Amino acid sequence: MKGKSAKHGDSGMPPELNARLSELQAQSRSPSREDVAEVVGEMLQSLEGDLSEVNLKVYAELEGLAKYILSAKREIAALRPDDITSEHLPKATDELDAIVGSTEDATNSILQAMELLEGLTPQMPAEVAEQVTNAVTQVYENCNFQDITGQRITKVVKTLKHIEDRVEKLVAAFGDEIQKYRETHPRDEQPKAGDEKLLNGPQLPDEASKQAEIDALLASFD
Amino acid sequence: MSVDMNMNILIVDDYKTMLRIIRNLLKQLGFNNVDEATDGSMALQKLRDKDYGLVISDWNMEPMTGIQLLREVRADSKLKNLPFIMITAESKTENVVAAKEAGVNNYIVKPFNAATLKTKLSSVLGNF
Repeated sequence: MKGKSAKHGDSGMPPELNARLSELQAQSRSPSREDVAEVVGEMLQSLEGDLSEVNLKVYAELEGLAKYILSAKREIAALRPDDITSEHLPKATDELDAIVGSTEDATNSILQAMELLEGLTPQMPAEVAEQVTNAVTQVYENCNFQDITGQRITKVVKTLKHIEDRVEKLVAAFGDEIQKYRETHPRDEQPKAGDEKLLNGPQLPDEASKQAEIDALLASFD
Repeated sequence: MSVDMNMNILIVDDYKTMLRIIRNLLKQLGFNNVDEATDGSMALQKLRDKDYGLVISDWNMEPMTGIQLLREVRADSKLKNLPFIMITAESKTENVVAAKEAGVNNYIVKPFNAATLKTKLSSVLGNF
């Protein structure tokens, strides 16, 4: 570099910066963003004397890159990726579990009804009994769907867990950046109002009111 | 050779509804002595405690899968010749090949119908 100061060593860098770089190289972990930013800052500060046009261009490129990274970080923080792991994915998983549970219950009810019907066939004329048995067999065959949909949904839940892990790692990599963003940019979402506020169903089994509870509530108005 | 319609059959699946469906279809075919297990390890215990003429097992179960159960059965000197039918949603060629290499007698892909079950049972046990 042109116009290098006498305080720079053989490497062309100030001894303190050289020492800091050696220290980073010696450590087993990868340098953090803060470490890199600090070193780049020191390096830029160490540039002295006449800077060539090329140097200035590199400096401008670096500055542009730093601004771009900062902007990208802000945009990602604005997406609130922590909400995905703390709210959206767990909710989606619960809904899928509820689907598996309700289809299983419904399938068992269908099977129970068919077993009852099949149990009555000895009391039917032979021709009718055969027709009923054939129909019942078709219902048994079609109840296969519960096993298949259950397995498919389990696969989707596993995929969601995988996404959750990745997003958690992304959130961790951002450190307190997202929390800072939350504090400086509170949500401006308008709470649901009017009839829209009442559209939240179907509730998950644990959250749903039983018919008896609803009847009791209705009765309380009398 | 006639098929022993009174033989004990063990059906293995982690979905209770599927166990119920297979049991009902077997009953329609005339097999009434049917026991159930919800994974390979439970099935293996039952197979060692009682005499069975046939195992019909799902593949995808925890902690012990159907293929692991099959390998355990074939490695057991007392159970190694037990007829074993895999009934599963795993329909890739590599699955069928792996099951065949492990010693499966027949393979049914879910969703299946009663006619397929009867055909496969006849193939393994003989006509009934």
